[in-house]
Amino acid sequence: MNKPILQLRNIAYSYHSLSGEIPALSDISFDVKEGEFLAVVGPSGCGKTTLLSIIARLLMPEKGTIVFNNPSGALEYPKTGYMLQHDHLLEWRTVFRNVTLGLEITHQETPEKIAYAEKLLADYGLYRFKDKHPCELSGGMRQRAALIRTLVMEPDILLLDEPFSALDYQTRLSVSGDIGRIIRDTKKTAVLITHDLSEAISLSDRIIILSKRPAFVKKEVAIALSRADDTPLSSRSAPEFQEYFNLLWKELSHDVSNEK
Amino acid sequence: MYRTKNEETNAQEVYLRAHKKHHHSIAFLRLFLLLFFLGIWELCADLSVIDSFFFSSPSRVIACFLSMAADRSIFRHIGVTLLETTVSFLLVILIGLAAAALLWYCKSLSEIMEPYLVILNSLPKSALAPLFIVWLGTGMNTIIVAGISVALFGCIISLYTGFHQTDREKMTLIYTLGGTRRDVFFKVVLPGSIPAILSAMKVNIGLSLVGVVIGEFLSARCGLGYLIIYGSQVFQLHLVITSILLLCLIATGLYRLIQCAEHYYKKKTG
Repeated sequence: MNKPILQLRNIAYSYHSLSGEIPALSDISFDVKEGEFLAVVGPSGCGKTTLLSIIARLLMPEKGTIVFNNPSGALEYPKTGYMLQHDHLLEWRTVFRNVTLGLEITHQETPEKIAYAEKLLADYGLYRFKDKHPCELSGGMRQRAALIRTLVMEPDILLLDEPFSALDYQTRLSVSGDIGRIIRDTKKTAVLITHDLSEAISLSDRIIILSKRPAFVKKEVAIALSRADDTPLSSRSAPEFQEYFNLLWKELSHDVSNEK
Repeated sequence: MYRTKNEETNAQEVYLRAHKKHHHSIAFLRLFLLLFFLGIWELCADLSVIDSFFFSSPSRVIACFLSMAADRSIFRHIGVTLLETTVSFLLVILIGLAAAALLWYCKSLSEIMEPYLVILNSLPKSALAPLFIVWLGTGMNTIIVAGISVALFGCIISLYTGFHQTDREKMTLIYTLGGTRRDVFFKVVLPGSIPAILSAMKVNIGLSLVGVVIGEFLSARCGLGYLIIYGSQVFQLHLVITSILLLCLIATGLYRLIQCAEHYYKKKTG
């Protein structure tokens, strides 16, 4: 337990266009440990999504390496599950067919996997809606359906790209609480990208602060909150919360004031 | 502001009644306009204000239709035009979908083909019809090809544009789930483009009919386009006008058919 599942070393990435090269990541090194909930914060546009795309292997880094350690002992890259900013449920499919989209694409619609999808739907209160279309779901339910779509694929690492940012504040609190709990209960390794500091503190075990573009790791902060339960509210009222918040705020605002 | 249940129902009823009344008056005025036009036409022809030899009249058109219906020849002409239009429409949609998919799949190909598609789309296709006659002879093939040529290039361009409007993040979603570009096409691009495909169909059913009639003008022994040309050559203008009116009905009918499919799709997806 707690050995690194991924070790990123000196990752660099630039975007190219005719008007020039835009370096997004300059020199990123950190570990992702098995079973931990890691948050990555940074000023907007600092290349957080690029970093996540590289971890998901949607992009290849220009420089640097990722050493991986598949928890199943296999020699291949750990399976990643990616949750995007918007739920992107396909309106023409029922909730159930949305949730099993990944199985359909990878031709794994076995009875066991289907049963697993149904179990997840039941666990997270969506079973009643399984034959409905996504337009009949609330924002929070849609986001849960999107999470189930990711979990059905049984990923080793969950990558969350600001998955709550499109929700209104109240839904956001309850959905992030729900999803945080789901991820903790299933003991998944998760990497969350966010620009919401309170969200990062209340959900994660460790926070990585990125500098502005081209990004490098400015600081790593381990989070330990003394709290009664897992709800976002009790996390936010933990005595240490304000301290962490100030620390992160100082790191990030330093960047912003430098810009001026 | 709160209303009692009773007041609310009344207001709703008043609204519904006004809505219904509006629709009835529109339908009535539409019909009235048609009958008024036909009435004036008939009257002018009967009173010799216009020469019924050149302008025909509703009663002569009906008589012409009935006499041709009696010997069944009109149904043969309608059937041939309908068949040619349907075949060329279906081929346009099939070839259009396949070509647009190929262009979407291979970006360089779409860049290479772009100027050619634009030229072919803006070329007046009736100019090609004589070529088709020389190449394919005078027969149904030529007419179907003429129908295809009118609609195809616009269809490819509009379908390709439709495919291209797919949300990029939805495409990323498929990749994150382990899909390939092929999965992106079949799971997101194609089903997401059904509204675009249906609206392309609405345009192209009309264009196919245009192409088929052009083809029939030039090389046919059957069909409504042939009747129009034949009628004008032998100065039987009620035959020409009858055929034109039948074409109006066919165009409307085909358009309605696609509209029904569109309604069905909207209802199904909610």
